[in-house]
Amino acid sequence: MGRPVIAEPRRAALPLRRWQAMTLAERQAWLAWLFLLPALLVVVGVAMVPLAQTVYFSFTDKRLGALRPAQWVGLENFRFLLTDPLWWTAVKVTVQFTLITVAFEFLLGLLIALVVNSRFPGRGPMRAAMLVPWAIPTVLSAQMWKWMYNDIFGVINDLLKRAGLIEQNIAWLARPDTSLLAVASIDIWKTTPFVALLLLAGLQVIPDELYEAATVDGANKVRQFFTITLPLLRPAIVVALIFRTLDALRVFDVFYVLFGARPDMQTMAVYAQNYIVAFSDVGYGSAISVAIFLVIAIFVVAYVTTLKVEVQT
Amino acid sequence: MRTMRAGDPYRHVLAQRLSRRHVLSRVAALGLALSAVSALLAACARQQATPTQPPAAQPTATPTTAAAETPAAAETPRATPTVVTTPETTYSLENPPQVFNADRAKQYSGATLTYYGDSVGIGAEMDTALAGAFTAATGITVNVVPKPESATENYAAYQRFFAAQSPDVDVMMIDVIWPGAFAPHLLDLSQALGEEAKAHYETIIENNTVDGKLVGMPWFGDFGMLYYRTDLLEKYGFSDPPETWDELEEMAKTIVGGERAANPNFAGFVFQGNAYEGLTCDALEWLASSGGGRFVENGQVTINNPQAAAILNKARGWVGTIAPQGVTTYQEEDARQVFQGGNSAFMRNWPYAYALGNSQDSPIRGVFDVAPLPAQPGNPHVGTVGGWQLGVSRYSRAPEAAIEFVRYMASPEVQTWRAVLGSFVPTIPEVAAKPEVIQAMPFLEPMEAVERVTRPSREAGERYNEVSTVIFQGVNRILTGQDAAQVLPQVAQQLERILG
Repeated sequence: MGRPVIAEPRRAALPLRRWQAMTLAERQAWLAWLFLLPALLVVVGVAMVPLAQTVYFSFTDKRLGALRPAQWVGLENFRFLLTDPLWWTAVKVTVQFTLITVAFEFLLGLLIALVVNSRFPGRGPMRAAMLVPWAIPTVLSAQMWKWMYNDIFGVINDLLKRAGLIEQNIAWLARPDTSLLAVASIDIWKTTPFVALLLLAGLQVIPDELYEAATVDGANKVRQFFTITLPLLRPAIVVALIFRTLDALRVFDVFYVLFGARPDMQTMAVYAQNYIVAFSDVGYGSAISVAIFLVIAIFVVAYVTTLKVEVQT
Repeated sequence: MRTMRAGDPYRHVLAQRLSRRHVLSRVAALGLALSAVSALLAACARQQATPTQPPAAQPTATPTTAAAETPAAAETPRATPTVVTTPETTYSLENPPQVFNADRAKQYSGATLTYYGDSVGIGAEMDTALAGAFTAATGITVNVVPKPESATENYAAYQRFFAAQSPDVDVMMIDVIWPGAFAPHLLDLSQALGEEAKAHYETIIENNTVDGKLVGMPWFGDFGMLYYRTDLLEKYGFSDPPETWDELEEMAKTIVGGERAANPNFAGFVFQGNAYEGLTCDALEWLASSGGGRFVENGQVTINNPQAAAILNKARGWVGTIAPQGVTTYQEEDARQVFQGGNSAFMRNWPYAYALGNSQDSPIRGVFDVAPLPAQPGNPHVGTVGGWQLGVSRYSRAPEAAIEFVRYMASPEVQTWRAVLGSFVPTIPEVAAKPEVIQAMPFLEPMEAVERVTRPSREAGERYNEVSTVIFQGVNRILTGQDAAQVLPQVAQQLERILG
């Protein structure tokens, strides 16, 4: 407990007395909270309040522009959501898309990061050029790819035909069996540079001495990769995977440009947007948002738990 | 009292119980989780706070995929002259029609109106010219504000105005599918403009009448029609465009069979097969021209019937045979590019494609024509109605002046002027029959007898977008391979839930 304190004569000084009764560590902890307060208020204001509002709306039948006030409908929105086959299609499409893109982006990104991490002439321009797909706004690149995939005058069909790989033009974006791969390839093209950049940063903090020592000990390159590079790169890998997974689960723009409201190619976000914007159905839209939140939360929890395990070992 | 909490790295450092590296990694993990969660929350919040169009790409002026989009023929570039002279009149942008109701309108002189008009191209120029003439003649100031170009954004903007009961807008352009949704917020014009309304096409007036209230004056129209290649029909021995869908199928098969040798990409028939508002329009034409009804009639959902299933399954058979497989992703502009590029014998589209097909650099200039869409034997030729109306906000501070402005804008004089100079399809039969208008739009004459069919926007009211989405998603599923007999009952059930 605190040291004995001489009683102050004035009442107004009560907090001051308490302050003086604290240890240095306690005082600093209080100060820290005080300095964090503005930031916390901002977080509460921009994140917590809208979230609470969204959760509240998800139990109502609120509509934009409706003349009557919103009414409490209990779990009705969620009941409808769980029985809507379009929602489950959207979940399936989104998760498939996430698994495919994150896997490929990670593998390709790692490969590129390793290449641009090694020393070769023109490495600087190469690193810059690598980022071009990432720098183009998605709506633009998606539109560009949409034209490239076009079944009549698309350049992809043209190239494949010239190479003799196909005889008839393929409607890449129309066929159910090629649509998902087509859109996944756009995301992989676009986002692999981002993953490579994150991994490159991780690679650059690995000290060269470790490799020198390994070489002296007679470890070959493959062995070095698996015993030095990969374990030390792990934190960067985890960061990259979390970022990409969460982004992929929220994917909207590329699907919206390519497929619009096509029933078999909606993502969770497109499904939600349709209800909120086109149908003005804020109540049900909020229920969808909450559901998306929960789906993503599952992934977050999974990642964060694996991250914790990592910290303790 | 000084208990150590696990999640308080700051105190751990003070207590010297953790290394700096450990703390950093924990803080990093926490930060990551927090930023991920807040990004997510921000996304949810954004969706909720701003009901506007997401950054959808709109490289062309065609509708994007959102449900509230409607074919926006008016927003495409037009190859039109700026001065047209007939024996009686000279039409030019500088010389808008005389304000015939000036005397009547002058009593509201001094009022100020805000008009949400056309945002791009010649339509915007014409709006400014007309508003200028009206102000000069009446003393009523008209501020022309370009409406949002995207129909979805436009819809959302009006919705916000109305939700706030805002007097900031008096007269506004209303899409043909919006009267049902906006009727509670629009003035009933039937008292003031009922006489004038009689001159317009009955179906459009009917479309704009909600619960006996006329909520919008028809301003310009749109309808689906069949474009066909005259040279190819002749080459393969067909004298006339197809009368029935079966005929179209046969002709397309013959032409495709002959043309594929030279052009492997050649398609017989292109239309709007993407899952969006345009497909609702196309499907309405297929159904209404083959005894399949109009989705919803007199409050009853009628979409699930054998004729509808038959024609939709027939359309499914087109995909990959006479139509390219990619047609299930096509919107207006995709179809037009294929047709105008010389890669298709037939196309269903709106009138805007006519002027573009005949433009200087068009490969099909002069070798195509238009006809009414085919109909199965015993059924009428139909065309889905598109187009825009002029409505007056209930929250306007100068409703009388606004009504006079609408009286002028929707009049036969202004519609003739707009038709001749801007190729805006008139909504008054008398105007459509004028020689100078027919000269500007030669397709008006063959299309005169076509029955104009409307989408069920009045029945659905504010839930029209949901109704249309259910329809086009169902039809798209059929086009991509599912059996109409299985899909239609589901669609009907969903429609009944929305409308019930």
